Amino acid sequence: MKTNSKLLSAPYTVWMTVFIVLPMLLVAWFAFTDKSGTFTLENILSVGQYSNVFLRSIWLGAVATAVSLVLGYPLAYSISKLPAKRQSVMVMLVMLPMWMNFLLRTYAWMTLLEDNGLINAALSALGLPRVHMINTAGAVVLGMVYNYIPYMILPLYSVLTKIDQSVIEAAQDLGADGRKVFLKVVVPMSMPGVISGVTMVFVPAVSTFIISKMLGGGGNLLIGDLIDMQFLGSAYNPNLGSAISLVLMVIILICMGIMNQFDDGETNAGGGMLL
Amino acid sequence: MNTRESSIISMKDIAVSYDGEQVLSGFNLDIHDGEFVTLLGPSGCGKTTVLRTIGGFIKPDGGEVFFYGKNITALPPHKREVNTIFQKYALFPHLNVYDNIAFGMRLKGKKESEVKRTVHEMLSMVNLTGYAHRGVGQLSGGQQQRVAMARALANEPKVLLLDEPLSALDLKLRKDMQVELKKLQQQTGITFVFVTHDQEEALSMSDRVVVMDGGVIQQIGSPTDIYNEPRNAFVADFIGESNILDGVMVKDYEVKFAGHVFQCLDKGFGQNSPVDVVIRPEDIDVVEADSTHITGQVTNVTFKGVHYEIIVDVAGFKWMIQSTDYREVGDRIGLSLTPDDIHVMAKSEYSGMFGDYSTFSDEMEEDMAASEEAEEVTDENEF
Repeated sequence: MKTNSKLLSAPYTVWMTVFIVLPMLLVAWFAFTDKSGTFTLENILSVGQYSNVFLRSIWLGAVATAVSLVLGYPLAYSISKLPAKRQSVMVMLVMLPMWMNFLLRTYAWMTLLEDNGLINAALSALGLPRVHMINTAGAVVLGMVYNYIPYMILPLYSVLTKIDQSVIEAAQDLGADGRKVFLKVVVPMSMPGVISGVTMVFVPAVSTFIISKMLGGGGNLLIGDLIDMQFLGSAYNPNLGSAISLVLMVIILICMGIMNQFDDGETNAGGGMLL
Repeated sequence: MNTRESSIISMKDIAVSYDGEQVLSGFNLDIHDGEFVTLLGPSGCGKTTVLRTIGGFIKPDGGEVFFYGKNITALPPHKREVNTIFQKYALFPHLNVYDNIAFGMRLKGKKESEVKRTVHEMLSMVNLTGYAHRGVGQLSGGQQQRVAMARALANEPKVLLLDEPLSALDLKLRKDMQVELKKLQQQTGITFVFVTHDQEEALSMSDRVVVMDGGVIQQIGSPTDIYNEPRNAFVADFIGESNILDGVMVKDYEVKFAGHVFQCLDKGFGQNSPVDVVIRPEDIDVVEADSTHITGQVTNVTFKGVHYEIIVDVAGFKWMIQSTDYREVGDRIGLSLTPDDIHVMAKSEYSGMFGDYSTFSDEMEEDMAASEEAEEVTDENEF
């Protein structure tokens, strides 16, 4: 049985080694070398000058994660209370935007939020003052929430549906009203879902570059944009780019480590998600 | 048994339906203070619905539930002074044993010192001292069951509702827990309402048994009453093993079945009225063939440990006899009955549905009938 499952996982193990572990080693190697290939700490040390970009990324990522959690939890909870057939329809609706190309979806927000975009056109048609929305931090957070919220809802939903109805009834039976049942049973029991949801939203949000590029303008540069610039942009410097990536990875690992302290170690989704 | 005969719970004219299917209608039941009452019946008979209605998890479509004479029909579960032991224990997986038991008391805002004292009292009562800080996932089924007991009893309920709490345990453990539960009930004096489909469990634990089928109470009585004086063919068949025969009450104390008139102890059915006759397999004496009115051929013998279960074909009707004497398949034997062995019941909707031992279960009988039919069809096709 054991050898069998090893054999079954072999294709993915090979895949992982070639396309995940090796590239990561390459990133590490680039980060600690200069253009001529000799060892240097200069790249790592110069990451420090971008600390404001790091802070902004983490801050916006954290805000987007918090908003996703606040919006996603009630939705996941109410979906889990629906009859089974309606549940699958609702889950499909949550995933529906993901069928559309990521770039296109974000581009659509641009046309909505622009100073002469659809929303402002509608506002002025109603005689209301126009609002400047594009190229603000708020627009970036909006883009992040919009794109990543399904990754929050799905793990929450799957944990919430697994909560046995009889456990809820047991809490009511012991004297808990609706609010107490939610706070003392539902929330603690859904923590594994909260943790994987937070991980799955926070990690891509922190390292995104398309969303900030399209909705944030020049003033809301994120780490992702910075890395993008080192590899594909004007500031071509793969060694610095690798160093930034490496530091970002360490920061995310630390964040996740702190997150997992809230959990009893029941889930290892956090660890899995990082890969 | 019951020091006070007052009703702690009264259900009046309860009607419950699920998805348009009527489970209970016009259901009435009084539960006395301090008694151990068991709702017994096959699955789907409505017994769990009755329990959940008392617990407040089901709002009846009609009728009222009274608790010490106070109408609690509209009261939500968390405001009722009853606690439930759920079928699958329903312990809180995110809490350890201690916090599970403390859950109810903490909700009531009890002092932590008092909570601690009660939790330890409860743990020693269910023989789990030293388990306070275990996770509930590390416990065996029997231990989880006892934590569920402790959690419910820590709340000092007036009534404890038990929904087939022993069905997931293995046989030996189940017997231990039966003794344990009965002991707990006597110690605490709390009214227990126990739901089960296991007739042996019901008979061995209860003060009163409520036998249900199709959402209707078939009989209420003490375990001995239920066993010795079943009211209809359903009760006779469901509680223990029974040979149920078509009979005619010739007059008081005389009943005719299997082609002969027998003396019996029953009266009050009128003259020449059709009845059902119950004869328990362990009451039948096996004697020499032709020395008695009932003679038949042994078709099957099963060794059951304490006795042999002998199936006898008497003119097409299969009797079951439990006897410590071995008989071989094919033997012709006689069955002897004394008046005390015969119990007469009025005809009911269940007459003719039970009693013959060609098969033990209805399901097997139906399947056999269906396959015979199928064979006939293929036979016809061959011609």
